[in-house]
Amino acid sequence: MIFSFDLLINAVVSGILIGGFYAAMASGVSLSFGILDIVNIAHPAFIILGSYAAYTFNHAFGFDPILVSIVMLPAFYILGAGIYQIYYVAFEKRGQESLRGLAFFFGLLFITEVALVLYFGVDYRDVEAWYIGPTWHLGDVDVPLRIAVPCMVSLLLIAALQLLLGRTFIGRAIMAVAQDQLALRLMAVNPIRIKRIAFAISIATASLAGAFLIIIQPVEPSVGRDYIGRIFAICVLGGMGSLPGTVIASMLIGVVESLTSTFYGPSWAPAVSFGFLLLTLAVRPAGLLGR
Amino acid sequence: MRTLPFLVISLVIAGLVFAAALAIGNEYIFFAGYVVLQYIVLSTAWNILGGYCGYVNFGTGAFFALGAYSTVAIYNFIGKNELPHVIPMPVLMLVGGVVSGIVGFGMGYLTLRLRGAFFSIATLALAVVLQTLVINWDFVGGSRGAYILRPESVPLLGSYIRYLFLAMLLLAVGSLVIARLIERSRLGYGMTTIRDDELAAEASGVPTLRVKLIATTISGALMGMAGAPFPYYIGYLQPDSTFALDYAINAIAMPLIGGTSTWVGPLIGAVLLDSLQQLITVTISSAVNLLIVGCLLVAFVILAPNGIVGLFRKYFRHKHDDFVGRHRTALDEPGSVPAAGAAPE
Repeated sequence: MIFSFDLLINAVVSGILIGGFYAAMASGVSLSFGILDIVNIAHPAFIILGSYAAYTFNHAFGFDPILVSIVMLPAFYILGAGIYQIYYVAFEKRGQESLRGLAFFFGLLFITEVALVLYFGVDYRDVEAWYIGPTWHLGDVDVPLRIAVPCMVSLLLIAALQLLLGRTFIGRAIMAVAQDQLALRLMAVNPIRIKRIAFAISIATASLAGAFLIIIQPVEPSVGRDYIGRIFAICVLGGMGSLPGTVIASMLIGVVESLTSTFYGPSWAPAVSFGFLLLTLAVRPAGLLGR
Repeated sequence: MRTLPFLVISLVIAGLVFAAALAIGNEYIFFAGYVVLQYIVLSTAWNILGGYCGYVNFGTGAFFALGAYSTVAIYNFIGKNELPHVIPMPVLMLVGGVVSGIVGFGMGYLTLRLRGAFFSIATLALAVVLQTLVINWDFVGGSRGAYILRPESVPLLGSYIRYLFLAMLLLAVGSLVIARLIERSRLGYGMTTIRDDELAAEASGVPTLRVKLIATTISGALMGMAGAPFPYYIGYLQPDSTFALDYAINAIAMPLIGGTSTWVGPLIGAVLLDSLQQLITVTISSAVNLLIVGCLLVAFVILAPNGIVGLFRKYFRHKHDDFVGRHRTALDEPGSVPAAGAAPE
């Protein structure tokens, strides 16, 4: 193994860029799992759904995938609100969310995935956009635009979410619902409605994350599975429900994965996030920026 | 019923099943039946942790694959060193069980002190990591996969698939007996209290961590034992398909469809669901088959949270209430029994 400074710098930069994209994937789970305590393991399946939405419109009309995903946000929002409503009526109300709620989302993961397989087949699909080919060269450092653009938009998304949570009434109500539902009710706010909005927002982020995913790599229906462990590892490592923590954790995992695949071979990279997950759970379960 | 008579009756039923399979005289019955039996073991094993304790394990595929790859490792070790004799299947099962049990224990120790969701997520990630390890481990074939040569025939039984079928049949009986034994023991009551209210269980003196660790270890070990004969069944073992999440969804769907609170539930769920799957795979396609499993799982957890067993109980209790109800409504709490009997669906 030849160690060179060039290689190291490039690995770190691409890790940070990929990390920015991971943050978009993890931000939705950070909302649903971190704040609302809903273990939505079907989230990667919704991300793949977002990828296919971007693919369909890009392939048919040549629209920009990120633009498509922004237009699709309301559709995903409605989907999320619907799913929360079912989840609430069937599980949260009866107090059965732990076992059956998990099984419910696991079932949704499979239904979404197989439905996509039946409709689109198992071939890899990709999209076309102006930023997919070119690479910027900053000195020795290569910045491929197909990763840099999603990273930038993803950071914008997270900044917007952070503003929403910290500055608006709805956002503060979402933070409050995680702490004390009764207090919220005393303020004449319906906690179920707030939770529905928050969960719907979390699913809406999957639309954007899906577009980023298909820009970065070709997608087939079951690639989402590779990201389940990674997304939850990021959430736990970053500290449940903390968006800045999610960004830091994503970049950390991105960099370590990138270094691992540069210096030890790509086949070892998937083990990184699990190592982090176990380490965090064993040493500091509250995560980096946990409350 | 005590355990010993139950064991004897189960063995007699198992004997009848085997005799019936022999009587049909079609080798395909053994191939299809093996998979049903394998899922009886997997869903029973999942239910010991999931149904009794309430901790969801998504890593069924990982534990199963650990058992399968233990067998491959032993097989290759024998092949490399040119050792002459074939290791008997019970020994392979035992090794697979021990390996999976140890991994289950280790992972449980790290994550079970936290909330249940963390354990579930860790099991999901475990599958990915073990798969990474296996892909990078050339001795068991790496990403290319591993071939296992099945012996042509076995004395007394004839074809090798009959031998595998018999081994899995006995393992299924064993796991059902274990599950039933746990269910009626102090350990089982401890598990049930953990599922209902962990804090209250801890406060009443249930050693929760120890009980959970025992459940994880037994559950993992049984899954590993179910995986050990798999390389001989399939002939060619490949990491992607062995670690697949398909095992996890089946192992979760079967107990939840059958009913998680008793040992009968996983048995009913596995027999019904897997027979249905075999039928769909043959007649339509294997993708549709997973779609149906997913839909059934979601439908059951929403509409019939206690599974088929729960539906049966409700039906019979309903009748029972109607029968005795008249006396009770008249005598003590008027209104309470009709309310329970007429509980909306």
